[in-house]
Amino acid sequence: MSAAATTTLPATPAATAPERRASRAPLWLILPALLLFTGIVLVPLAMTVLLSFHDWGQYKGIEPVLVLKNWHEIATDPYYAEMFGRTLRIALITTVATALLGAPEAYILNRMSGRWRGIFLLLILGPLLISVVARTLGWALLFGGANGLANKLLMSLGLIASPLPFLFTETGVVIALVHVMMPFMVLSVWAALQRLNPQVEHAAMSLGAGPLTILRRIVLPQVMPGVLSGAIIVFSLSASAFATPAIIGGRRLKVAATLAYDEFLNTLNWPLGAAVAVLLLLGLILIVVGANALVERRYAEVSP
Amino acid sequence: MTTPSRSTTPLLELDRVAKAFGSHVAVEDFSLAVAPGEFISFLGPSGCGKTTTLQMIAGFLAPSRGTIRLEGRDLTQVHPSKRGLGIVFQSYALFPHMTAAENVAFGLEMQRVSRSERTERVRAALAMVGLAGYEDRHPRRMSGGQQQRVALARALVIRPSVLLLDEPLSNLDAKLREEMQIELRQIQRNLGTTTILVTHDQGEALSLSDRIVVMSKGRIEQIGTPQDTYERPASAFAAQFLGKTNDFSARIEGASPARIVAGGWSAPAPVGMRGPVTLSVRPERIGFSEEGLPGRVAARIFQGNHWLFQCETECGPAIVVRPNDGLPQPGEGEAVRLAWRPEDMSLRAGAAA
Repeated sequence: MSAAATTTLPATPAATAPERRASRAPLWLILPALLLFTGIVLVPLAMTVLLSFHDWGQYKGIEPVLVLKNWHEIATDPYYAEMFGRTLRIALITTVATALLGAPEAYILNRMSGRWRGIFLLLILGPLLISVVARTLGWALLFGGANGLANKLLMSLGLIASPLPFLFTETGVVIALVHVMMPFMVLSVWAALQRLNPQVEHAAMSLGAGPLTILRRIVLPQVMPGVLSGAIIVFSLSASAFATPAIIGGRRLKVAATLAYDEFLNTLNWPLGAAVAVLLLLGLILIVVGANALVERRYAEVSP
Repeated sequence: MTTPSRSTTPLLELDRVAKAFGSHVAVEDFSLAVAPGEFISFLGPSGCGKTTTLQMIAGFLAPSRGTIRLEGRDLTQVHPSKRGLGIVFQSYALFPHMTAAENVAFGLEMQRVSRSERTERVRAALAMVGLAGYEDRHPRRMSGGQQQRVALARALVIRPSVLLLDEPLSNLDAKLREEMQIELRQIQRNLGTTTILVTHDQGEALSLSDRIVVMSKGRIEQIGTPQDTYERPASAFAAQFLGKTNDFSARIEGASPARIVAGGWSAPAPVGMRGPVTLSVRPERIGFSEEGLPGRVAARIFQGNHWLFQCETECGPAIVVRPNDGLPQPGEGEAVRLAWRPEDMSLRAGAAA
């Protein structure tokens, strides 16, 4: 409507007033959302950034001064480098694993007949309906020590000789995270598969391509944007995941989110926790925006 | 151009091919022999089984009964990727992540054609369809007509034994469609590629084909040259589907000599028919004359190079098309008499519906 007003009305001078009113309408319309966004995202974020520069002491509490103490500590203490490295590593391995498992899963799902697809889609999406905490506690029960079900199964199958440590290890965290994140990858790849013209596979077949060639040369390149956007979602969610690393990783295996939580609620060193959180956010923004730009440039011809 | 003669051994043969989906019969008893270099059209409304038949030839569907032979070899067990047919799809089905040249080269890569020969053949194929210079363009950046040409080049570059076209022109606008028809015919003639076209557009079938297979409800209604099928339709369906036609209720009266009578129009009747018959005449074969079937002009529509008259007669409504030759034409409401030559009509037993 506003487009029509701006294109047809300027010819007549009398129409300038309504036109100006029309051009301001979008501003008024986005104002409520803008206020809400400012109130619940921008202001707390600015306060967190500010907080990360405040001083803190065991007995004096938070002092509203501007110092680089927290940032200096993060930059110099190898503990933080190790912790951020672990966060990154867990998120990366989880992302690769969900892509490797989720893309074929979505492809198979897409080729199923209607009724079976409905059942399996429910199986894949079902976990989303259950709280992450409940799902992760389920994994904790499966992993639980030498007598955990997972170890018993692997040993009875003869795959391992002695029980593997799952709880409080990165392996355990990655396994649980892959399960939690899988629906996001499957949905993302599935959406890309649905945009695929089914005749394109027939066309490749008629030109002499076998099933593997079709998958590698025709289907995969077209689905890649879906895999990569799924990877971006999974990576950012895994890097900032809290419940799974907290329960499976425990207090010894810290990642950025659990460390920030501990600084805030256990040590009560809010400024240091804020610095960790801000650094995690900045890192994620950089990686996600960078990856997104890469995807858009590389796959401009394929993605709609 | 030489019309393929019947004596040559058929390149492609369909022998009593049928396809059923559950209890629904999509194609029934389809037999056809295609001579080398022939251009065949499968013509019919949607759901008549023409696309199903094409898909069985391509190998995407397995026939429920019957055999398909290519150069005498049974195709039924041959995988689509080994049939060596070129297919142009209705949606073009180009590979969106590849450039025009990469699209065309794909089939040659699958045949393990050397890189230098590939480049040369891709260049030649794109030049043939008038797309020289578009090698590095992605399909998304091309118009519908250009995508259509890439699809054609991609199907032809592998030198297919048979080219299958699945409603290739239906997504183009009228003017572009006409241009592509002419071009398609020229390319096909130059290469001599045996071609099967699936279409619901009678104009397309009439102007492109050597022979037309008229289909309805999974059955072949008629196989013949365009002129044959248009002028001597074998069934009421063929007559109605290929152009407009007038059906009049007429009677065979008297004996030796029997005459066929439609109102005030009459002619000597062919031997062996009796009682009520349906008489079909094309609108452009009816003229206004001094005597004949009496009627009245209900509407007169000017259509540029011709006039269209809707008339009411005692044997039913009639459409008459007269060329706009500058002579005076009857006006609306005027009483007229319709006449046609006996050789311009076709007869079917039974009264008109």
